[in-house]
Amino acid sequence: MENKQKIRDFIESNLVVFEDEAVFSDDDHIFQMGFVNSLFAMKLLGYIEQEFGITVGNEDLDIANFSTLNNIVRLIEKHKQEV
Amino acid sequence: MSVHTCASSARILEEAKQFAAEEIRPLAAEIDVKGELPRSLIDNMAQRGYLAASWPEEYGGLGLDPVTYGLFTEQIGKACSNTRALLTVQTSLLGETMLRFGTDAQKRIWLPQMARAGKLGAFALSEPNVGSDAKNVQTTYRKEGDRYILNGSKKWISFAAIADFFVVIASDTNGQITSFIVEREREGVHTIPMTGMLGNRAVHIAEIRLDEVEVPAENVLGNVGGGFTYIVSTALDHGRYSIAWAGVAIAAEALEAMVTYARSRSQFGEKLHHFQLVKGMIGDAVTKVHAARSLCLAAGEMRRSGAADAIHETAIAKYFTSKVAVEVTNDTVQIHGGNGCRNEYPAERLFREAKVLEIIEGTSQIQQQVISQYGLRKYAVKKQKAIRTRKDA
Repeated sequence: MENKQKIRDFIESNLVVFEDEAVFSDDDHIFQMGFVNSLFAMKLLGYIEQEFGITVGNEDLDIANFSTLNNIVRLIEKHKQEV
Repeated sequence: MSVHTCASSARILEEAKQFAAEEIRPLAAEIDVKGELPRSLIDNMAQRGYLAASWPEEYGGLGLDPVTYGLFTEQIGKACSNTRALLTVQTSLLGETMLRFGTDAQKRIWLPQMARAGKLGAFALSEPNVGSDAKNVQTTYRKEGDRYILNGSKKWISFAAIADFFVVIASDTNGQITSFIVEREREGVHTIPMTGMLGNRAVHIAEIRLDEVEVPAENVLGNVGGGFTYIVSTALDHGRYSIAWAGVAIAAEALEAMVTYARSRSQFGEKLHHFQLVKGMIGDAVTKVHAARSLCLAAGEMRRSGAADAIHETAIAKYFTSKVAVEVTNDTVQIHGGNGCRNEYPAERLFREAKVLEIIEGTSQIQQQVISQYGLRKYAVKKQKAIRTRKDA
C-alpha cells in the first residue's frame, strides 16, 4: 500500500467526527476542520515514527507539517531522503 | 513476575520488592503523617537507579521496558503512594518527556542529575483557574531578543516545594503554548507550599509564582508552540501510565490488608472471613485487582511494541484502576470497621490515596470522554452496506 493511503487509513480510523459523510481531501486541514483532536497529534507522531522508521526532530514538529495528508506525506519523504 | 519480564528485569523487580518491604513500607505511615518524603529515602532510591528506572543506561537509568517499569511502579506504590509519586513526576512525566523532546544538551545536562536526585523537578501545568481545561493556561510568555519572559501562577504542583527546576507550560498572546525549563534560582520564582491535602500529603505540593522570570531560548523544551500538543500530551500519557499502575498498587495493598484483617479479627465467635457478605467483598476485590493488573499489562505490552492505540489503552487502564482502587479501599475500610477509620491501620490512608488517583493526570470524567470517542470509532460496525448489497443481489 502506498504511503498516502496508509496515512489516510490511519487518519480515518482516528476521526473524532462520526457522521458517515465526513470526508477530507488530501489538502484539507484536518485539525481546523475539527476532524481530529490534540491527542491525535501525538498518536500520529508515534504512528509515523513507528510505521516509517523515522524520528521527527523538534524543528519539524510544527503542526503545519501534520495538518494535511499531503503535508504529512511530504514530511515522511523528506525524512526518508535524509536517511 | 513471570512471562512479562526477562531474567535481568525480574531480578530488579525482586530487589525493588525487597527494598519496598524493608526501606519504604515501614516509613509509609510516618511519611503521610509528617507530610514529608525523607531526603535519605530519595537518595537511597537514586543510588539504586530507581529514579531513572525506565531510562536508558547512558543517562543513569535501569533501561526497564514499559511492562517491567509498570510492575516496578506497582512494587513501590504498594509500599507507599507518596514515594511512588516521586517516580510518577521525576521518572515518567519529566524524564520520559525530556528523553523524547529534549535537545541533546538538555538530556546531557538534566537527565543524569535527575537520575542521581541531584536535581528534582516538577511539572507545572495546573493553575488556580485551569485544571482539566489545560489548553487555556493563563501563565504567559513573551519573547524579548533571545530570552523569554514568564509571568503567572501555577497551583497543585507536586514536588514544587522542594524541586530544583520546573517544566512550566505557558501561552503567548496568540495562544501558542510552549514549555520552558525554569530553574528555581531564577529571579522572580517563588513557591508556596500547600497543606491540608486529602492524599498525596508528602509530595510537597506547592503553588508557583512567576514574576517577570527570564529564561534563555535553550530552556525551551520541545518546539515553540508545541507545548500542549507534544509536551503536555506526552507527559500526561506517561503520567497516566504511572497512575494506572499506582491504582493497581493501592488496590493490591488494600486487598492484602483486607484479607489479613478478615483472617485475624473475630466477631460473634467467628473470624470475619466466615461471613458470606465479607467473602463477597473479598471475592470482588480479588477480581478487580486481577482485572486492573491485566489492563495495565495490556497497555504496557502495547507501549512496548509501539502500538498507536497504546495511548487509549493507557487511558482505559488509568480510568479503571483508579476506580478499582477507590472501590477496593472503600471495602477495606468497611471490613476494618472502626479500625478502618483510624490511622493505626493503613486502610484509611489507602482510601485517601486512592481517591486522588481519580483526579490527577486527567479526571475520570475526562478519561471517559477520551475512551468514549475512541470506542465510537473503533467499535462502529461498517459492514452493513456490503451485507445489504449481497442480499440485494
